[in-house]
Amino acid sequence: MNHRVMRIALVLLTTAVVASGCSSDSAPDEIVLLTHESFALSEGTLEAFKDQTGVTVKVRTAGDAGTMVIQAILTKDNPIADVMYGVDNTFLSRAVNSGLFIPYTARGIESVNPLLRIDGDIVTPIDFGDVCINYDIEALAAIGSPPPENLGDLLDPQYEGLLVVEDPSTSSPGLAFLMATIAAYPDGAEYDWKAYWSDLFDNGVVIAADWSEAYSTRFTRAGGAQPLVVSYASSPPAEVFYGNLTEAPTGVMTEGCFKQIEYAGILSGTQHEATAGQLIDFLISLPVQEDIPLNMFVYPANRDAVLPQVFADHTTLPERSVVMEPGTIELNRQRWIEEWIEIARS
Amino acid sequence: MDRDRSLITRSPFGHLGTGALVVIPTLFLAYFFVYPVVAITVRGLTPEGVFNPAVLLDVLSSRTLQGVAAFTLWQAVLSTLLTVAVGLPAAWVFARFDFPGKSVMRAATLVPFVLPTLVVGTAFLALIGPKGVTDIDLTGTLWVILIAHVFYNYAIVVRGVGAYWERIDPALEDAARSLGASRLRTFRTVTLPLLKPAIASTSALVFLFSFTSFGVVLLLGDINHSTIEVEIWRQTTAYLRLDIASTLAILQLIGVGVILMMYGRYQRRTTIQFAHGTIRPPRPATAADRIAVGAVLATTAFLLGLPLVILIGRSLVNPQGGIGFANYSNLFSLPAMSASFVDPIDAIVNSLRFALFATVIAVLIGVLASAALSYSQKRTARVFDLFVMLPLGTSAVTIGFGFLVALGWPIDLRTSVMLIPIAHALVAIPFMVRTTNPSMGSVQHRLREAAATLGATPARAWWTIDLRLVSRAIAVGAAFAFAISMGEFGATSFITRPDSPTIPIAIFRLLGRPGSTPFGAALAMSVLLMVITGVAVFAIDVLRTPQAGDL
Repeated sequence: MNHRVMRIALVLLTTAVVASGCSSDSAPDEIVLLTHESFALSEGTLEAFKDQTGVTVKVRTAGDAGTMVIQAILTKDNPIADVMYGVDNTFLSRAVNSGLFIPYTARGIESVNPLLRIDGDIVTPIDFGDVCINYDIEALAAIGSPPPENLGDLLDPQYEGLLVVEDPSTSSPGLAFLMATIAAYPDGAEYDWKAYWSDLFDNGVVIAADWSEAYSTRFTRAGGAQPLVVSYASSPPAEVFYGNLTEAPTGVMTEGCFKQIEYAGILSGTQHEATAGQLIDFLISLPVQEDIPLNMFVYPANRDAVLPQVFADHTTLPERSVVMEPGTIELNRQRWIEEWIEIARS
Repeated sequence: MDRDRSLITRSPFGHLGTGALVVIPTLFLAYFFVYPVVAITVRGLTPEGVFNPAVLLDVLSSRTLQGVAAFTLWQAVLSTLLTVAVGLPAAWVFARFDFPGKSVMRAATLVPFVLPTLVVGTAFLALIGPKGVTDIDLTGTLWVILIAHVFYNYAIVVRGVGAYWERIDPALEDAARSLGASRLRTFRTVTLPLLKPAIASTSALVFLFSFTSFGVVLLLGDINHSTIEVEIWRQTTAYLRLDIASTLAILQLIGVGVILMMYGRYQRRTTIQFAHGTIRPPRPATAADRIAVGAVLATTAFLLGLPLVILIGRSLVNPQGGIGFANYSNLFSLPAMSASFVDPIDAIVNSLRFALFATVIAVLIGVLASAALSYSQKRTARVFDLFVMLPLGTSAVTIGFGFLVALGWPIDLRTSVMLIPIAHALVAIPFMVRTTNPSMGSVQHRLREAAATLGATPARAWWTIDLRLVSRAIAVGAAFAFAISMGEFGATSFITRPDSPTIPIAIFRLLGRPGSTPFGAALAMSVLLMVITGVAVFAIDVLRTPQAGDL
């Protein structure tokens, strides 16, 4: 409780400082949210923030997550936004190390899965997704192979030439899958991830440039030649939802998954820190959290959020999904990708 | 020849007037191109405020990056040669013959230009993929990259050279023929030398497009094929290494600059006899003509038409099976299911609005720049020429981030929606200049003198003579500008912008969701993009046709 009083005092203080600094009202007319191309919420969801606070949320879109982080770093001293949403655990450390964020403990953070939180609440987890191998149920049945159960199975000759994965240097699920293999076959182990990938290439793994190429052209469901594809645990419910189906045509391999967590944070150059905090509170509140799944096909970070029926019915949640420290990722990302490219090219 | 040269170098405006023409394009390019590019490069090369020359050395000595640079150049040279070789016969047919459906077909050549790579890729896979109908799997090879570059850039040669060719008086060729020269000899000794400036101009454009190729190489090539543009993107988005990306961007610009200077030597203008009045070309009369025209048109239909027909066909296959328009109606129903999908009407309105702005900017700036270039033979003009072309050889990453770093002052334009048409115009201006410059440089000064004798001011003479004579070329450039803007995705995605999704962005979002329903809707949206572009280009083509009694 003491903590909370301190925090309220802090908020009041900041508000006072901001107000005196700007000479205008403490609450601005609008607040700018910087986000990536995949951001989407239903019409009216963000308007609720205006009803609550009188402040309009202006959304600014900036390419993919990596591009967005660079944009925020480049404009750090003269920011183009107050809050950034959509930085994931693969880029988080870079953003944090660049001093992009003002730490903030959101109201309602108790409801957020503690596993997803970051030390010091520098940023707030908003949603997550699991990158997993998906399989085409019908196509596997047609060749008489059972679905693979773990990363080791993918080396089995019966799956030769049947798997398509995304290039980790050009695709974020590709990078996530690479890291899942690194977690399973770590650096320095006798049989490390490089050995694993050499074997995977020997077993005819196909590389696609991005998720769309893999899922929409190479995957057997799209008329391609591979019944196994790196996608998301939420892809089967998406298939059901968009296709108006009763049963998912695809399944998920529940081992060898990697958790992608998306965060929101207050940008350090903001003039409206208090309102920015309110926006973060709003993003983890139930109306937004329950609107997230069907718009972005990821899972809400707030455990109290009720999942849409299609998610509840058609999702197989991974038994174990790798959660990797953002600091570890930052330290190794470039080396891992470069070493992977070398294996891929030889 | 000497006499002619002295005629064309004369500007209708005098020295001062020619200088004035340069001012607006220079200011525009200085503020929206040079300043942002310099700003982001300086920023990129000085991480933590200091320049680290080791990065430059690392890049220059990296075996991988040397390989990338060599491949970038190699595939661009091959793509250009192939596109010119395939495009020239078609330019001839479109310039010299009349046949049913000609205007529609000419407009259709521009359609591939606007299509997203992944969408084209699916059609290519259906033809030359591992499960394709031809049983030849070319995926991941250099061939598929070359074929895709021809597919995309064919229109540049056909329309660019064609527009110039049709203004060359056929009497010149007839004279050579009547003196006993064979067709081939006539082409080699009369037509080809006259076409040289147009061929040089258009092949420079094809070269630049192939040199900076991104989507085609990324999606149709494989991990072993990479261009400098792809590498810049990879360094930026995967490694967040702006220093290496900036170094690569500079190397790419230098490469483009050197190549363009070499082109400049071939682009020296010659005055030619432009046909007076609008001559309607004849229908192919002899059997040989008919066979030649038929063969060329069949090639065009095969090369461009087949992938397009596959796309249209696939867009009519319903996601739940059967043939119909379900994909089109899904376009309208999907946004109600999920906000990540764009209402197609919004996307179309946004795209048309941006394309209109981009085209207006490109025509204004491009025509002024082209006029300035045509009326000056000084060395400064050659430098200016190079400078106008450079945006086409600049990475989309550089332009997008450059806007962000540079345009905060005096007015904060960094997140302005106007940056989208401006970025599109930067790519379109070189087209405008290259398509109008050969024609503008060849307007005969005696026509203007005649106008002056009749009492016209230089400006009026330029307006009524030069502009009319080059109106075809301007229309060709405008059509390109429009198409570039309609199909542009790369630079747009690197600009921080209010949510104003264009058609390519709407397609991108549909392609980002699992299942045959969003994918089918993406195909339907692509077909709409094709149709809108085709109709608009057709309209521009019809408008440009000079009226009877025109010069």
